[in-house]
Amino acid sequence: MTTRLYIPRETTASSLGAEMLVEAISTEAKYRNLPIEIVRNGSRGACFLEPLIEVETFTGRVGYGPVQLEDIPDLFDANFLTGGQHRLALGSVDALPWFKQQERLTFARCGLIAATSVAEYTKLGGFAGLRAALALSGADVVKTVLDSGLRGRGGAAFPTGIKWKTVLDAEADQKYIVCNADEGDSGTFADRMIMEGDPLSLIEGMIIAGIAVGATKGYVYLRSEYPLTQQILDEAIANAAAAGYLGSNVAGSGKAFDLEIRMGAGAYICGEETSLLESLEGKRGQIRFKPPLPALKGLFGKPTIVNNVITLATVPVIFEKGAKHYASFGRGRSLGTLPFQLGGNVKAGGLIEKAFGLTLRQLIEQFGGGTASGKPLRAVQVGGPLGAYFPESLLDTPLDYEDFAKAGGMLGHGGVVVFDTSVNLAKMARFSMEFCSVESCGKCTPCRIGSVRGMETIDRIVAAKNEQERERQHLVLKDLCETMESASLCAMGGLTPMPVMSAVKHFKEDFD
Amino acid sequence: MMPVVSPAKLQEFSLDEATRVVQEFKDQPGTLINALHKLQQTFGYVDEAALPMLAKLFNVSRAEVHGVTSFYHDFRRSKPGRYTIRVCQAEACQAMGSEELSAAIKQLLACDFHETTADGLFTLEKVYCLGNCACSPNIMVDKQTYGRVSPASFKALTQQLAEKAAVSK
Repeated sequence: MTTRLYIPRETTASSLGAEMLVEAISTEAKYRNLPIEIVRNGSRGACFLEPLIEVETFTGRVGYGPVQLEDIPDLFDANFLTGGQHRLALGSVDALPWFKQQERLTFARCGLIAATSVAEYTKLGGFAGLRAALALSGADVVKTVLDSGLRGRGGAAFPTGIKWKTVLDAEADQKYIVCNADEGDSGTFADRMIMEGDPLSLIEGMIIAGIAVGATKGYVYLRSEYPLTQQILDEAIANAAAAGYLGSNVAGSGKAFDLEIRMGAGAYICGEETSLLESLEGKRGQIRFKPPLPALKGLFGKPTIVNNVITLATVPVIFEKGAKHYASFGRGRSLGTLPFQLGGNVKAGGLIEKAFGLTLRQLIEQFGGGTASGKPLRAVQVGGPLGAYFPESLLDTPLDYEDFAKAGGMLGHGGVVVFDTSVNLAKMARFSMEFCSVESCGKCTPCRIGSVRGMETIDRIVAAKNEQERERQHLVLKDLCETMESASLCAMGGLTPMPVMSAVKHFKEDFD
Repeated sequence: MMPVVSPAKLQEFSLDEATRVVQEFKDQPGTLINALHKLQQTFGYVDEAALPMLAKLFNVSRAEVHGVTSFYHDFRRSKPGRYTIRVCQAEACQAMGSEELSAAIKQLLACDFHETTADGLFTLEKVYCLGNCACSPNIMVDKQTYGRVSPASFKALTQQLAEKAAVSK
């Protein structure tokens, strides 16, 4: 009998040698005359277990990981193909506390199926959302999204339904759906993981958006740092088209929707929606003034929905299980779940999807298991390079858009980067300014020039010979940050002060 | 355990070939960046001589083509080494010692960022986030990401890459 084995075709697993395992296991199985079938799934999100191999046995699916090349003969000797005991054996991966405590809605299928297979996707609820949405009017689709409480997962947390309604109500001969897959924030990888592990959920979400508002063309703007993602997404688009879900007659509805991937070219600023639209038009990725909103005048001047990958990939489950079900997760105005990404100096990093409301400490301690180095934790940056640095004393802040804002931070895209005691926050603050100066589009002065002056000022603070001089420079930095915050055109210049000032506020001793 | 990739097969630049490979983008709205990617895939960089041709193809000014080419970090204006190594400099990798790793890499290759090694084998670049932040520090060689890289594993990797490059000359 042929044994089914799962080995992720995914960036994290690949970065740790998964492709070599595929080859080695195939060779060894052939040599031992054991028939196997290797399924290329996505990652289940437990990066610390990658490369994670799963085997389908009579008693269910069991995992082994992290597997190294030299473990292969040993695993065969231990009969891992029938679930044999081994030092790397994990038993049922679903039963591990790390997975059991999660609430997976958006990532429910990720890692479970052959990533680009329409048949396997459909078997686990895929395209059920689309079928439900096709039975509704555009206005009712938008209402369902509104009722679910879904807010933009790219970081700005704008209510998705309101954006969709604006595009639905706009009159135009052509409308567009644009997926922002320019996941440039350090510490974030949820977009990549869903595009590599369950790309059809993003495709389905985009189709639902397109049919709801009357857009016939969709673009995925994907960052060039993700070449493997491009391959997988391309394959998924081709499979969806072959199965009749894309093209001139989507799922037999008589409605048209087509999808195209466009690659970015290494500019962080193109994650900002207007800059992204400029780039999609083949121009320099410079910010546009708002208004007009992209929802009214977006790509090529036409009404355009610009949504993040996770926002769009969450849409199918809302239609599959109902808006009420989705909104039953989370709390207050932060409804549903967020795929948190735990990285940096942490023992058990990866993707953890949970309802809003657990605390930062629960995330880092219960899931992350503390720092990788074993040294005490000193700082946590949440929300990417434009998010605040929190000290240990703020770890009990609930992960919720409003609570984070109240604590002086930003939840953003849900990236959490842990630092141990070796971190110097003056250096990190300087880096924030440096990053802004490298990645600024240059259109507005506070961002373009302010970031350079910011670096210089932090250098002067650190080099100050006496307390008086240091305080004087701190005042300059504060003033500069206020200017950047209130006078920049977009979030890049407007939010760079957040990591800088939070570092000053909570870790002032590092600047002495 | 590190996968060893073969160096990309690049052609010598010629305007005829450049013109030929970008024809698929003619009359495709907004595809100037696609065309630049195509040139870079084919030749390893975007040659100055290709810019007027692109301006004509997309019916924009040469200044606009220059503006786009120079705006994006990806587009090189000169030939790279046989491998391009990008070292992540972003926060998550910094939390796991990317600064020390970068210093070790520069010393080992005896070249700085944005430079190519004397033997023409490696071009060293910075990158801000490869999306593998739970396995930091990360580097990327051409299109392959490597997680949890140490100075020692990097040294072993470059030796293997050099051997591979010598074979595939």
